[in-house]
Amino acid sequence: MRIFKFILTLGLTIAAIYGLNTKFGQFPPFGKLLDPYGGFWQNAESDFSAPETINLSGLTANVEVVYDSALIPHIYAENNADLYFAQGYVAASLRLWQLEFQTYAAAGRLTEIVGVGPNGVVLDLDRTARRQGLVFGAENSMKKMLENPLIKEMVEGYAAGVNAYIESLSYADFPLEYKILDYAPEEWTTLKTGLLLSYMSNTLNRSEKDLQNTNFLKLHGLEMLDLIYPDNESQEDAVVVEPGAWDFDPITIDSIPLALPDELITNDLVPSPDPNNGSNNWAVSGTKSESGYPILAGDPHLDLSLPSIWLTMQLNAPGINTMGAALLGTPGIIIGFNDSIAWTVTNAQRDLVDWYKIEFQDESRDRYLLDGIWVPTQKNIEEFKIKGAESYYDTIVYTHWGPVVYDKNFRPGSEKSSYAMRWTAHDESEELRAFYGLNTANNFDDYMAALNYFSAPGQNFAFASVGGDIAMRVQGKYPVRRMNEGRFLLDGSKSSNGWQAFIPNEHHAFTKNPARNYVSSANQHPVDSTYPYYVTASSYPNFRNRRINMVLDSLDQVTVQDMMDLQNDNYNLTAADVLPYLLDTLQSQDFNQEQLAIFNALRRWDYYNNPESEAASFFEEWWDTLYIMIWDEIRNSNRQGVRLQYPTDFSTIRLLKDSVALSFFDNKSTDRIENAIDIINMSFIEAVEDISEWKHKNGEKVRWADYNNTTIAHLSRSIPPFGRQVETGGNHGIVNATTRGNGPSWRMIVSLEKPKIRAWGVYPGGQSGNPGSPYYDNMVDMWANGQYLQLIFVNSPEQVVNPLLKQNLEPSN
Amino acid sequence: MKLIVKVILIALLAYILQMFLPWWAIAISSFVVNAIIHTKAGSSFLAGFLGVFVLWFIAAWRIDAKTDSLLTQKMAELFFVNEPLLLILITAFIGGLVGGLAGLAGSTLKGATSRRRKDRYYG
Repeated sequence: MRIFKFILTLGLTIAAIYGLNTKFGQFPPFGKLLDPYGGFWQNAESDFSAPETINLSGLTANVEVVYDSALIPHIYAENNADLYFAQGYVAASLRLWQLEFQTYAAAGRLTEIVGVGPNGVVLDLDRTARRQGLVFGAENSMKKMLENPLIKEMVEGYAAGVNAYIESLSYADFPLEYKILDYAPEEWTTLKTGLLLSYMSNTLNRSEKDLQNTNFLKLHGLEMLDLIYPDNESQEDAVVVEPGAWDFDPITIDSIPLALPDELITNDLVPSPDPNNGSNNWAVSGTKSESGYPILAGDPHLDLSLPSIWLTMQLNAPGINTMGAALLGTPGIIIGFNDSIAWTVTNAQRDLVDWYKIEFQDESRDRYLLDGIWVPTQKNIEEFKIKGAESYYDTIVYTHWGPVVYDKNFRPGSEKSSYAMRWTAHDESEELRAFYGLNTANNFDDYMAALNYFSAPGQNFAFASVGGDIAMRVQGKYPVRRMNEGRFLLDGSKSSNGWQAFIPNEHHAFTKNPARNYVSSANQHPVDSTYPYYVTASSYPNFRNRRINMVLDSLDQVTVQDMMDLQNDNYNLTAADVLPYLLDTLQSQDFNQEQLAIFNALRRWDYYNNPESEAASFFEEWWDTLYIMIWDEIRNSNRQGVRLQYPTDFSTIRLLKDSVALSFFDNKSTDRIENAIDIINMSFIEAVEDISEWKHKNGEKVRWADYNNTTIAHLSRSIPPFGRQVETGGNHGIVNATTRGNGPSWRMIVSLEKPKIRAWGVYPGGQSGNPGSPYYDNMVDMWANGQYLQLIFVNSPEQVVNPLLKQNLEPSN
Repeated sequence: MKLIVKVILIALLAYILQMFLPWWAIAISSFVVNAIIHTKAGSSFLAGFLGVFVLWFIAAWRIDAKTDSLLTQKMAELFFVNEPLLLILITAFIGGLVGGLAGLAGSTLKGATSRRRKDRYYG
């Protein structure tokens, strides 16, 4: 009897321990997580703390790491290998969870951490990543990069540094997310650096609308397609405007004209990257600045998340002294400056993805038709390990073109057709050589030489030097295209439909010290209409670029403060372009009091989307309502499974003004046939109703900051308390491109002065990736208020003023 | 009196064991102390519960105070309790529960082993 009691109580105890030590579905392991000596409590910090001396095997000499008052690490090493080892170590110690998580996303391994997700969304995400060849591209790139001894030293050093940190951890030291999601960090590999680059290409260079265009072509014809989605939209304010100055012989491809497809594609297409991913950059020459030296400014726009995508750091070793924003997982600085030069990037979009329809010989998919012959495919069986369940297997078929993304097993259409993807990000590339070159560049020539190694994701590189040069170069791996090539689905049975050549580096658009004394880009069309290559893309925005140029044209004696003001500029050029026309079109005589109040507020508005502005909220609500009413045909078609692309705001405004009777202006939910005028009036009435409803829920004052409700979510998108709301103005199409969940992810300004460069930076986050640290989000309010941190850029560790911590990394024997 | 001694011993031993072992070391502490110092079942459970409860409460409370509830507040929201003190109490309660159960098991050990010895004598 007593032994029975003993066994019962002991069993109960063990069961309780087991239960509290295990994750069940969404429930974390409560005992393990709540334990004050090992669980989440150990991640709570009141200040930054780390050991002052650390012995690390793998280092060849001492490395000094000084964390300044903003927790920005300044790393001083005696050679390159140690420098990148220390960068990896420091990056991991500040942001380990994010560092790993991003590569899990790129590698299609999220199911290992969180399972298949509700309705299998996580598994779908993972399958998408693998089918789109993110791992394939990472493998190809890393293979190429590791052939170069310098890059090999960087990547392997970085990996060793990350691993040295991981090996030093016990459970209590794990970043919080590992404890909540209940898994452990694994070994870092050089491939993961490649995966991070794939991840960035996927974010920035995967936009296309080939299949949507194919549908539109079938439904509405080429003429309508060219009217609504023109290739040459807004070339007047291109990145590089040098009409007639293209003095090279372009590569021409004289082959059979492309056959336009006649096909309706019903696949549930993988969503495109957020169209708000974009950026601004510019540089003004010394002639235009107050100091007489160039000033460079840049702000890349990405999904806002905590931890932030960027980590600010300084890297110093013999032959290198650079500072700026680094990505987690890649050695070196991505956007920054050194003693002599500064550079910053914006996304240089172009259509870099093509789709090929594949004809398989039979169900086995062992062979497919290419140039009249059945050639063999390569099949990869992909294993998806799933937390708490059996593995899932997916066979991915590779062809001459690349991986077959859509087929009978993945997002099939009604025809069960197979479509293979060709993407520049699948190819081998050497981006890290380009970044190393920029990090160590002394002048314009070094910058140009460094960029020759840069393939993907294609970027507009703004440049300025202490020597007084400014420049802008559009750089990436861009196929030479025939007219209309890449806009539609292609026939995968003819190899002549493939890319025949790539635009040579020396044919890329670039400009150095232009007469207007500044260079600028904001993701717009890269070139004027005289550029001899055919250029097409998913879409080119055309508001931020015009506003930036408008302001830069108007400025003289430019100061750093002017540049800060411009980065935070809330002027809504979309509204300035269209609102006067919309208001003139309204039949205001029958308005009720509420409609009249909003009408008058809009009439008086100065077009600034400032946080306090109510008119900004009214305009944005009205514009969104109008936009959806106009393109209801597109929405309906998407809902019915025939995917179409939404046109740009710029096109929409042009059509509203110039094509009043366009068939799309007819609202399908009414009996009569509307034109632009009708739909403008209808949408205003509806928008006013929506605003009333908002007021009813949220209060009388419709401040834009409240209406826009910008939220910086935790990177996992599933732990709301680790994100936060922020008070800010701006919107898409505005220089301060802060939307509800996307915006300037790093604002940097560099004044290239002698004797010493000065620089400022800020981002919506903090240097620590730990939600329990005061440095997790300490820069968010600064960022929202348009304030900056002056960056400490000094040549020796002793010169860092008010350091939080000085750390010695020492080689252990 | 015995109870207070046990509570202190359990807390102390658990504190030491947690330096080397994962969180479930609290169970070992409570089990061992209750196996050595025998009391009735209810009292054993209470000693285990209180020993770990006190230890975890103080540890969590100190961290919370030192960090101005920065992380506790976020975790409290994650656990839908929204109140740092409540999360400290939940933490202490979970630890206490395991301590209590282990204490109960510890107290029944003596009976179980002595019975077996008896069986051998008379069997």
